[in-house]
Amino acid sequence: MSPAKERPLRIVVAKPGLDGHDRGAKIIARALRDAGFEVIYTGLHQTPEMIVAAAIQEDADAIGLSIMSGAHMTLFPAVVELLGEKDAKDVVVFGGGIIPQDDVPKLKEKGVAEVFLPGSPTQGIIDWIRANIRPRVAAA
Amino acid sequence: MAKAAKELGRKAATTRKDTPAAPERAEHPTFAREELQRILAERESWTEGELAEALGKLVHRKARFETDSGIPIPDVLDPASVRETDYLRDVGYPGRYPFTRGTQPTMYRGRLWTMRQFAGFGSPEDTNGRFKYLLQHGVTGLSTAFDMPALMGYDADHPMSRGEVGKEGVAVSTLRDLELLFDGIPLDEVTTSMTINATAVIALAMYVAVAEKQGVPRAKLGGTLQNDMLKEYIAQKEWMIPPAPAVKVNCDVIEFCAKEMPRWNPVSISGYHIREAGATAVQELAFTLADGIEYVQECVDRGLEVDAFAPRLSFFWDVHNDFFEEVAKFRAARRIWARTLKERFGARKKESLLLRTHAQTAGVSLTAQQPYNNVVRTALQAFAAVLGGTQSLHTNSLDETYALPTEEAVTIALRTQQIIAHESGVDRVVDPLAGSHYVEWLTDEMERRALEHIRRIDEMGGMLRAVEEGYPQREIAESAYRYQRDVEAGERIVVGVNAFRTEAEEPIRILKIDETVARRQVERLREVRASRDAARAAAALSAIERAARDGTNVVPSVIDAVKAYATLGEISDVFREVHGVYREDGRF
Repeated sequence: MSPAKERPLRIVVAKPGLDGHDRGAKIIARALRDAGFEVIYTGLHQTPEMIVAAAIQEDADAIGLSIMSGAHMTLFPAVVELLGEKDAKDVVVFGGGIIPQDDVPKLKEKGVAEVFLPGSPTQGIIDWIRANIRPRVAAA
Repeated sequence: MAKAAKELGRKAATTRKDTPAAPERAEHPTFAREELQRILAERESWTEGELAEALGKLVHRKARFETDSGIPIPDVLDPASVRETDYLRDVGYPGRYPFTRGTQPTMYRGRLWTMRQFAGFGSPEDTNGRFKYLLQHGVTGLSTAFDMPALMGYDADHPMSRGEVGKEGVAVSTLRDLELLFDGIPLDEVTTSMTINATAVIALAMYVAVAEKQGVPRAKLGGTLQNDMLKEYIAQKEWMIPPAPAVKVNCDVIEFCAKEMPRWNPVSISGYHIREAGATAVQELAFTLADGIEYVQECVDRGLEVDAFAPRLSFFWDVHNDFFEEVAKFRAARRIWARTLKERFGARKKESLLLRTHAQTAGVSLTAQQPYNNVVRTALQAFAAVLGGTQSLHTNSLDETYALPTEEAVTIALRTQQIIAHESGVDRVVDPLAGSHYVEWLTDEMERRALEHIRRIDEMGGMLRAVEEGYPQREIAESAYRYQRDVEAGERIVVGVNAFRTEAEEPIRILKIDETVARRQVERLREVRASRDAARAAAALSAIERAARDGTNVVPSVIDAVKAYATLGEISDVFREVHGVYREDGRF
């Protein structure tokens, strides 16, 4: 196998919860793919369990969560916790959506690496990923 | 089930007629040929003279000018630009076919539009308080936002409801919740809109049951149920069962209301969500009207007389930033709908031809950066909706990119409508933009482009087929991606976001949903389940199952079930068991 560094990052873009607003998730998924990442989009209405299972099965380096329903304080930390339980703590979790500013530090305390608020350019997200996420050293 | 869906599609395909094209427009009917020649000659001379001279000194700011839908805008519009328009045939008079200028002869000189602010959060008691606040401050109609579990058919204690109860709307699991939601609000005096789709039939049943408890018969109830599943698969994406059986339930409601609820709008055919998901104004116009055509076709196919239900069909448009394009969209929509109902479906009643509509300013246009700018955006959009001739309007609040709005923010949004209505003077004249060469030209352009989309959808076998094949979904995702690229490339300016930015913004105050709501809702739900007549609830659920399997109208059995305090989740489970659960693939 080639050295891990040369492998493109694998990112699961996921829509947790019940809201169906997938405009942002789809734009991000496409922008990340155009930037050279391998992107898996989960589709809508996913539970934290489904998202973590997808990330592990796809051997993802990171999970990008998109939510507009206001359930972020429950569902984002649930994803982080489940990753811990599945020995996949090194999968980086980031997210965005309709999220009040003062929830951002609370989410970071709970292990969410970064939160992108409305109006964030996709290039900013791509740059952040390049600067902050490395391919996982294979659990294999 | 899959077989049933196919049969439904096949049946519709064989009975379909074409959507009427816009009439041929050859000879100019308003100007004499000589006058037209003089105008065209003058335009040519101006183009080579003043225009060329001005461009020689200072080139245009942009390589080309176009509307937000990408319609190229000429250097100038003049009477010759609309030379193919036949005034009496295509524009005419308000309240007269084809209703381009409005649904009513007097428009706002007779009655102002309904100021209807969408509200719903937390517990039923919380939202009841907000309703009463809004009524005190001059709203003239109620509009209910339900939370995600209610919209998707889950009770408050279902695992899928985790973190979602009362967050994006009011939490409702049983009739008890709706009793509390409308407590002290006389349902024979207000009209209520309910934004709910997959579970719309349950919400309507609960509303009818609450009204009965207040002593108000269903025939007296006025209001609107969104009940439009096609746009859910296209854009908003809150669903339970697959498209064909879901459309069947939508039409059950239309049929039931045609017989028993003459003042109720059983469907609000919605462009709003289609637009918010990324469609252009032309796509919104086309896809929404194509949805409407599908519902009418389904109702006609089941043997309903078009004039028996078409008068109560209502619409819901988004109002985005491109001012004139938005006005033109409303005008084109009325014209296409009137011609389609008359020529394709043979409607004879005048009321069947009217496109009556609610409108909402564009949530997607609001910015988290410099949120007070959102008040200005919303005011301009609201003004366009009024110039477009809307019957009802919701104005968004400045804080909605962060959370559901605070009372203060909602009050500013409502005051915006009141200022337009009572101070701007726009209420004094009917369709004042008629005769503007630009607006009439744009109305024609939008009509022509929308009809091209609709023809393609007709060729696919109608909107249900097109949705099953993912056609509108793909088109919208494409437009959304293009829009985002334009913003990031700086080709489209968003004030405060990619231009005119300020560093270090002061955070604004926002609404937080009390985290105890979910716990209290679950407690109430369990009390209801424990105290009801279990056998009666179970029998009522079985009756729904039989109706769903037999293909008979499900509405009466759902009303019986909610009265027996069967829960929203239990009723939804019946539909999921009979028809299966819809899932979308992860294409992007």
